[in-house]
Amino acid sequence: MAVEPKQYPPPFDERSLIAEPTDPEDERIEVGVAVVGGGPAGLACANRLMDLLADDPGLTEKLGEVPVAVIEKGKACGAHTLSGANMKPSAMRELFGDLSPEDWPFAYQEVTKDAVYLLTKKAALPLKPMPPNFRNHGNYVISVAKLSRFLAEKAEEKGAYVLTETVADKLLVSDRIVRGVRSGDRGRGKEGQELGNFEPGNDVVAKATVLAEGTLGHLTQGALDYFGLHGSLPVRWELGVKEVWKVTEPLDRVIHTMGWPLRKRAKWNEFGGSFIYPMGEDKLCIGLVIGLDHSDSTVSCHDLLQQLKTHPFVSKMLEGGERTAWGAKTIPSGGYYSMPRSLTVPGLAIAGDAASMVNVPTLKGIHYAMHAGIYAAEAIFEALKRDSLNFEAYDEKVRSSQIEKDLFNSRNMRAPFSKGFFLGGAVASAMTITQGVFPGGKWRYEEDTEVEMADGGAEESYPEPDNKLTFNKLDSVFLSGNATRDDAPNHVRVQTHVPRELAKTWVNLCPAQVYEIPDEQLANGAAEVDVHVTASNCVQCGAINAKGGRLTMPEGGDGPLYQEV
Amino acid sequence: MKICCLVKEVPDAAVQKRLDSATKRLDRSGEKNLNPFDTHGIEAAMQIREGGVAQVDEIVAVTMGPETAVRALHKAVALGADRSVHLTDAALEGSDVCATGYALAKVLESEQPDLVLLGQQSDDGECYTIGAVVADHLKMPSLTQVIQIDVEEGKLVCERQAEYGYDTVEVDLPAVISVGDAINEPRYPSLKAIMGAKKKPLDTKATADVGIEAGQVGLDGSKTQVLAINPPPQKESGKIIEDEDTNETVEQIIAWLDERKLI
Amino acid sequence: MAGGILVYALHDDEGNFNKNSLGAISEAARLAGELGSEAAAVVVGEIGDDACAGLGAYGAKRVFRARSAPEGLAQPVVDVMAKVIGDEGFSYALFGGGLLGFEIGAGLTARLNAGVTMEVTAVKVQEGKLIAERPVLQDSAVVDVGYVGEPGIIIGRLNAFDASESAGAQAEVVDVDAQLSEWSTKARMRTRGEQRGADVNIEDAEILIGGGRGLGEKDNFKLAEELAGAMGGAVAATRAVVDAGWYPYAAQIGQTGKTVAPKLYLAVGISGAIQHKVGMQSSENIVAINKDQNAPIFEFCDLGIVGDLHKILPKLTEAIAAKRSG
Repeated sequence: MAVEPKQYPPPFDERSLIAEPTDPEDERIEVGVAVVGGGPAGLACANRLMDLLADDPGLTEKLGEVPVAVIEKGKACGAHTLSGANMKPSAMRELFGDLSPEDWPFAYQEVTKDAVYLLTKKAALPLKPMPPNFRNHGNYVISVAKLSRFLAEKAEEKGAYVLTETVADKLLVSDRIVRGVRSGDRGRGKEGQELGNFEPGNDVVAKATVLAEGTLGHLTQGALDYFGLHGSLPVRWELGVKEVWKVTEPLDRVIHTMGWPLRKRAKWNEFGGSFIYPMGEDKLCIGLVIGLDHSDSTVSCHDLLQQLKTHPFVSKMLEGGERTAWGAKTIPSGGYYSMPRSLTVPGLAIAGDAASMVNVPTLKGIHYAMHAGIYAAEAIFEALKRDSLNFEAYDEKVRSSQIEKDLFNSRNMRAPFSKGFFLGGAVASAMTITQGVFPGGKWRYEEDTEVEMADGGAEESYPEPDNKLTFNKLDSVFLSGNATRDDAPNHVRVQTHVPRELAKTWVNLCPAQVYEIPDEQLANGAAEVDVHVTASNCVQCGAINAKGGRLTMPEGGDGPLYQEV
Repeated sequence: MKICCLVKEVPDAAVQKRLDSATKRLDRSGEKNLNPFDTHGIEAAMQIREGGVAQVDEIVAVTMGPETAVRALHKAVALGADRSVHLTDAALEGSDVCATGYALAKVLESEQPDLVLLGQQSDDGECYTIGAVVADHLKMPSLTQVIQIDVEEGKLVCERQAEYGYDTVEVDLPAVISVGDAINEPRYPSLKAIMGAKKKPLDTKATADVGIEAGQVGLDGSKTQVLAINPPPQKESGKIIEDEDTNETVEQIIAWLDERKLI
Repeated sequence: MAGGILVYALHDDEGNFNKNSLGAISEAARLAGELGSEAAAVVVGEIGDDACAGLGAYGAKRVFRARSAPEGLAQPVVDVMAKVIGDEGFSYALFGGGLLGFEIGAGLTARLNAGVTMEVTAVKVQEGKLIAERPVLQDSAVVDVGYVGEPGIIIGRLNAFDASESAGAQAEVVDVDAQLSEWSTKARMRTRGEQRGADVNIEDAEILIGGGRGLGEKDNFKLAEELAGAMGGAVAATRAVVDAGWYPYAAQIGQTGKTVAPKLYLAVGISGAIQHKVGMQSSENIVAINKDQNAPIFEFCDLGIVGDLHKILPKLTEAIAAKRSG
């Protein structure tokens, strides 16, 4: 019985995210610019703002004691960021022109050799000539978790306040102008009750608010709804699960793979592939990415990654090695047409992954996020000097930038893959070669939640964890540094009594084993089952948002503590 | 009353701790955090201040550590300390328990506290003793494993769990009290407090500033030496029994337990 | 007493010596034998000659008694031991596990400017000196620690040293008149050793029966409780079952619960996921009963039984109860 997740929407109202300030005026915290999100976009924005303010004592004074505050829900900036990644150096050059890549503590090496392979069950066939979108010469293999830490340190040195372990729970709006954000409560129990050490959140009022929340886009989703900013096509996601390994033999090239273990039939709609990047002499990272428009309820990205590692081409690289890190995160893959139709409203700017600024075919998003953060800083700076809350100049900057150009060129490359691997590949190549001219138009796609889920047997090929090469989800969650309080309130919004195939979808989809179906119900073949949610396992990847759930924000500081992913 | 809270910056609990095989010391390059047990010490100080029985004039956070330890002090201040003192000096690197206790006592001496509070153990050293070492140097009474503190005129009445059960002990001030995590539920810092933390006074002191003799601290001044790091004893793989005849299985279990004097 | 080892012998209000102290005395005797020197004990409080002399059976050659020093607090004992070590020239002070051992050892560290190692699991002799072995970083490695100068202070982990008794030998009792430091009189015991029966502290239990999801339902925890009762142990639980409301949080063991190291951890219906493992992996003996042969717990247990706990537990409980009474 195929099930459409959209029929079982999460018990959550996006409107609850928008509110007026409620604290008495003298208890509100006033900052100049509030940046929500301590990732590349938010921190690039904070850095740029502090640079500009350094030369403008007048505006600095106007912005008060705290000119720029970055609000980050993780224990540290970078605790919740994860990516491949091969970063284009352009944004770092702009922000830190006096540093050369050798000085970047978050970079492992320049990409000098790369290759793409098509995997079959036993073989790895090099694709030559290499599909051009995978070419990474001139880019750098980095850890975005380390990049965020670097950018945060720099921002603090310049005088920005980086407030970690702080969640932005509501967007403060009055008279359709964004006034800041409300920080989350801390110290609630499982039922939401106030515990002994309960500390309520605060209204953080700001002249300008930047939403740089990344792929989860918590407040962003609420803002897009409230202000009617949705793009013409829906937001969609891929899920990536990644591991870092200490290895005995250094890897000499950046590798991308397609094909196995993902299946080619259009019916299963399995778009994605893997990446294997060298990290210096003694480490490498390996990850698998799958589109969340897949239709097999037994697809588990975590297990597909474990399966991938058993391929002789891959296991050879990992022989004698040791897994040192693990993580998971979604990638917004709607591209050009899913970007908000406006990136600003009075008092607000949206930057980075939260605005879908990701080029999926080339797997680039980090430098776009940083460039967008820089543009936002510049526009906000100019506007605030004139006492204006109109940041439309930011929108204009983005539209006339490389961000717009690149995303437009690749605008129809992802969608064709719903027609299967080969047709999709052919169309995508055509787009690349013609720089987006052919085929033109707007290739439509379903929302992820509209894809019907049915049991397609993917799980039959998953390997049993051997705890040397392959691992189970709980061991992986442990490695992510996740140690959330047991009696914390449940931040996952899903219906808890749903059709079997939907429940199975969630159980398999989630890389952290948050969802479980009670054993007896699994066994007795019931058509509708209960779903048990262990929210404290959650690593906040966001995948559930694509399949009928809504991830809200847990307490500040909860979740993983990514170090090097 | 002046309360000094001893705090320590330790690797975050989520970080996989490693020993550096070259220096034979803890690799402190990963994420760091305020030692969780010390948050209970600060909370205890705050509860004494808010309790109304004693007049607490100042709560001072004190730490000994490298440059990065200021973050632990910022956190301590965000939780309620009025100011902080950072004892930092290259000469202190590699200090063992004996040397560390001596150094901390010297910096505390310069503050003349009425009460020293600290968490009874740290996530990295796993030593559970520094409070008692410091107390002897300061010539103050000391109690560890304290899970309840009541303030009376000029003294404290403390409860702690010892070998034979719960002891109730009266302690005259000034004193050094090491608290267990069962003593309280630390509060979360308010956003205002976090943002204001960097503005609170922070005094940086070197060994000479507080009269620490260099020969008593550091690697050379320590009285213990780590000679070797070995992997944990290899456990022999266990014996596995498949239960077919439960009576027989139970007999085998009993025999196994008996052999090891477990029943 | 070059190479001599002085051990603190803790006792309760009735004069019964603590078994960790007896273990420490036995260990000290063994080591002193290798060093060619003597093991001695320190006792505070009003303990009779016979009881003190009886420590000879565990290997103490002499017992230094400070009758007037108050019991149950550390700092007076620091004063006594510092004097004895100073007067007699002992090279090491050794303590069995337990709170007072830690506090006294730490005080001596400061008083005598001495090196101290705690949570020691083993002591060995190397080139005429004692080397203490202790686990570090949540038991992920073991370090060898040597001492610079004298004395060296060794504080054992709970249950690290086993007591061994040999009939006949009597220790010489020497009364010591120790001057207490001014601050040693600043802490006064009001009540000592109050039992609070209601809360069983699972961290102190020697035998723990851990219950997990495999028990099936809340009521089945009775099986674990009955077994614990028969064995004289306590019941612990995994996060999953505490989450489900089957057992209270105070009994939770694991990454976000308590960490325990009992003599025996008997896991029933527990899969052994790492989040639980880190809370009990240092247990001396781990026995697991689980119907899934692939459960991770079978990879790190000492004895594993693949079977139905509903069949095994009742019979096991019965057999143990019979053995104990019979």
